[in-house]
Amino acid sequence: MLGQKERHIKKRMEGRVIINRLMMVLFGVATAIGLIFLVLLFYRVLTQGIGYLNWDYLSNFPAPYPEEAGIYAGLIGSIMLMVIVAIFSVMVGVGSAIYLEEYAPKNRMTEFIRINIQNLAGVPSIVFGLLGLTFFVYLFSFGYTLIAGGLTMALLILPVIIVAAQEAVRSVPAEMKEASYGMGATKWQTISRVILPAAVPGILTGTIIALSRAIGETAPLIIVGAAAAIYTLPESLLAKYTVMPIQIYNWTSRPAEEWQFVAGAGIIVLLVVLLLMNSIAVWIRNKYQHRL
Amino acid sequence: MSEVMVKKKNNTVNKASKREENSFGLQKEKANHIIEVNDLNLWYGSDQALYEVNMDVPEKQVTAIIGPSGCGKSTFLKTLNRMVEMVPVVKTSGSIKYRDQEIFNRKYKQEYLRTKVGMVFQKPNPFPKSVYDNVAYGPRIHGIKKKEILDQIVEKSLKGAAIWDELKDRLHENAYGLSGGQQQRVCIARALAVEPDVILMDEPTSALDPISTAKVEELVQELKEKYSIIIVTHNMQQAARISDKTAFFLNGELIEFADTDHLFQNPQDKRTEDYITGRFG
Repeated sequence: MLGQKERHIKKRMEGRVIINRLMMVLFGVATAIGLIFLVLLFYRVLTQGIGYLNWDYLSNFPAPYPEEAGIYAGLIGSIMLMVIVAIFSVMVGVGSAIYLEEYAPKNRMTEFIRINIQNLAGVPSIVFGLLGLTFFVYLFSFGYTLIAGGLTMALLILPVIIVAAQEAVRSVPAEMKEASYGMGATKWQTISRVILPAAVPGILTGTIIALSRAIGETAPLIIVGAAAAIYTLPESLLAKYTVMPIQIYNWTSRPAEEWQFVAGAGIIVLLVVLLLMNSIAVWIRNKYQHRL
Repeated sequence: MSEVMVKKKNNTVNKASKREENSFGLQKEKANHIIEVNDLNLWYGSDQALYEVNMDVPEKQVTAIIGPSGCGKSTFLKTLNRMVEMVPVVKTSGSIKYRDQEIFNRKYKQEYLRTKVGMVFQKPNPFPKSVYDNVAYGPRIHGIKKKEILDQIVEKSLKGAAIWDELKDRLHENAYGLSGGQQQRVCIARALAVEPDVILMDEPTSALDPISTAKVEELVQELKEKYSIIIVTHNMQQAARISDKTAFFLNGELIEFADTDHLFQNPQDKRTEDYITGRFG
């Protein structure tokens, strides 16, 4: 009897072990598929673009010949755009996060607004492009200018920043707020001296991650009229501008093969900027996590 | 009118001589009440947490509040400086007077009340700042900017909390690096820096080890020279050790409020007796 049971367990054992192996392989393959394509992408971009990547490329304006073309206008345009986006989205985003978390009455209306802000974060970027076109380009008659592009992008990442800032504000321990209120501090004193300083790392991290989404965006900027090629840097908020993704998109749609290499070099620059921004976010997060 | 005058007279008499006050039991009951609670009811939404509480808190004494978990003792304490209203659904009725001023009055500023009625919390809750900045937080929010004055306040408050000698060379270290007991005394110093009249303590030693607890208890004894202290505690021995008067709460009601010795040795209410003899709770 006992021997039979034992045998039965042994028999089942083999099957179980095999299934376990099989699952490990399956999940491993899933990971590998992602990794392989990532490596392929890097390989293609690097081998194609690296030859064109040099100081001239970084400091030249677009040109009719691939050898002379550069990303300078796009790089500076992207940075200028990000500064505008950061200023507007952080001011409005942190402001509304503080209002929603600290001032707004905790009722259904607030909850409704909160949920819809989260939904807004998932709205396709092209919709924000159309919004920007209607409001900033036409209604405010900014035209196809840097400020119109900046404000459109600020709207695009605003929901992400609000949600990140809300989470950062909410994660400030209640005991700390109580300590402040308990000494007779007003709400604003508590916000400015206790809540915001504690929430800054979270807000900064969220902002940088949102900005790195914005810096790669193309669709909304095509709609609000970023220029395909400009030969001077934007001199004011109301000047024409271009950004890296637009420039890259423009080059890839040209027939001659050399332009693909120029675009590849552009992608490398964009990736480096992205990587830099993300490292800053990680650095901030680690730095402040140690303190708490 | 005449009652008020009698009261005032008693106040001055009692302030002038504490001994005299003690020799007249009746006058002691009537006078020197820094906080007077009348018919206080409190609801969290539709749940009533406090029922018709009447209690007069004596000045410059230690008043302990005891009772089983959920009996409303912390809620009652937090009502005294209106911190309980941080919970949005709280409703209250009745009256609480601090120095004869109705604190529920619309014109009465919560911020003012809380500078006069300070609070020390259950868990040490220093800010993630230096010891100095923690203690200077209160004076700063009340508009004191001069370094010399802040230095003085910080030193005086840390001395008041009996932790100056331990920390005078570590003022600019982050308060998070201190031990739990030190953190709690820094929090007491931080409360003292606002120069309150009354200090509310919500189980201030429940997160501390026995040695730190002893230090805080000793400190409470020193503080009552200058401050009126109301302390919520789970620990009946602690209440017996450090308080002059004790209030026993049960299910949101104030069952008994008397001199500590009296309450522990000769409880008037059966429920008090059951609780302090360990029959429940």
